Amino acid sequence: MHLSDYLASALLILGTLFFLAGAVGLLRFPDVYTRLHALTKTDNVGLCLIVAGLAVQAESWFVVGKLVLIWLLVLLAAASVAHLIARGAMQRGIKMWKR
Amino acid sequence: METLALLQWVLDALIGSGLLWLAWRALASPQLLRAVVWFVVFGLVMALAWVRLDAPDVALAEVAIGAGLTGALLLATLVRLPALETAQGEARQSGMRSPGTGILRYLSVALLSLVAVGLVYSVLSFPAISEGLAPEVGANLEASGVSNPVTAVLLNFRAYDTLLEVHVLLLALLGAWSLGGLPAPPATAPGPVLDTLARLLAPLLILVAAYLLWIGARAPGGAFQAGAVLGAASVLLLLAGWRPHPAFTRLPLRLVLVAGPGLFLLIALVTGLTGGSLLEFSPVRAGMLIFLLEAVATLSIGATLAALFFGERPNHGEGQ
Amino acid sequence: MSPPFLYALVGIGLFCLGFHALIVHAHLLRKILAINVMGSGVFLNLVALGDRGTAATPDPVTHAMVITGIVVAVSVTAFALMLLLQMAAETGHTELTGEGSEQR
Repeated sequence: MHLSDYLASALLILGTLFFLAGAVGLLRFPDVYTRLHALTKTDNVGLCLIVAGLAVQAESWFVVGKLVLIWLLVLLAAASVAHLIARGAMQRGIKMWKR
Repeated sequence: METLALLQWVLDALIGSGLLWLAWRALASPQLLRAVVWFVVFGLVMALAWVRLDAPDVALAEVAIGAGLTGALLLATLVRLPALETAQGEARQSGMRSPGTGILRYLSVALLSLVAVGLVYSVLSFPAISEGLAPEVGANLEASGVSNPVTAVLLNFRAYDTLLEVHVLLLALLGAWSLGGLPAPPATAPGPVLDTLARLLAPLLILVAAYLLWIGARAPGGAFQAGAVLGAASVLLLLAGWRPHPAFTRLPLRLVLVAGPGLFLLIALVTGLTGGSLLEFSPVRAGMLIFLLEAVATLSIGATLAALFFGERPNHGEGQ
Repeated sequence: MSPPFLYALVGIGLFCLGFHALIVHAHLLRKILAINVMGSGVFLNLVALGDRGTAATPDPVTHAMVITGIVVAVSVTAFALMLLLQMAAETGHTELTGEGSEQR
């Protein structure tokens, strides 16, 4: 295996670990706001690492461009949806968790 | 490598059991909102299953139509339901109990177990290797005008099915419109985030739809996937509070809706009457005809899906 | 067991799960969900059994039929949901009452 294969595998596994952390946060955090926080941040970083891992093995710069575009779109959508869910929860009067 | 095959088998087993578990959660959750959310997740994992089965066209269609649009339709219905139910209706609202449930449940489980055993036995007795129709499709692919076998099957070899399919879509819309008089979706002012998101994404989604339409001749894509992306763009705009101009919803909208099925029907009549058989494309003209059909069908499918989501017949109270 | 047969069995399981839910639940929205799950099971079965060949690409006819099926399923779901909303608007409940003849 080439060096690039090792690098791609390392990036992909690291990205998966971030997604796993986000899932653990979804299950363990006490209210909707903290869960949104955990999910959105970890999913964005995780996807960035996975896109980087795939870009290392891509055939051309065009494919790399498409992958980066996918990541940017997911970033946009995830941030907007997290805002909308949090706003909806606020409007329904869901209180933030206090210690 | 032996471990690679084992890992792939483990992945397939995980996806398969995940599908069964998600379906069970979707069907057995006491709260309807959770059931719908589980169902959308089920659709997304199903797309993974399609990718594992080497079916990228089906995965695109499933994500856009099966998970995305069906989820949006279910949620739109869920939002409108509480306002319509009377107190009498709500009294029996647990939704999971009906008279005679005990006997019915056991009877259903028993009968379906028999059905399941029969189906499993018949499926497992199929030959392990079977080429299906792939060799015939491959042999005739150059004469079909496109190089994506699924597009060739959909729009050339089995174009009759696609003709009926676009008519089914139109019929569902006509049926929904003939019911008429549904309460319009509550029009709340969108916040700045949703507004900006809609303005940013709608042009990009139109571009993606055009790309999927164009690339469908050579790679996974095609009219239905592109139409679903157009429908998604329209749903996003509708959710952000945009409404089409009343002048558009009288005649032009109806023309767009009918254009796809109408063109299909026209080409079917022309090919059927001028020698040859119904929907038989000569290899010289097939590529152009397929692209023309797909382009018009994309617009019709997008408009139909958006109209199905909106629900209410436009210009309803104006003596149409 | 090779992947095609594994997914075919999952498809049969989904079909039976959906059928059971269709019979047992009274709420119409759950019945619509159940019909969708049954449809997904049938599609999975079709495509999985089409993947049994040795060629590079699996059987494209099953793919085309399933794409057609997905579009028809969404049409049916949309129309059924409209009927559900109409029924809720006219009668006030979302389950088929057992009383039959006195209604209409």
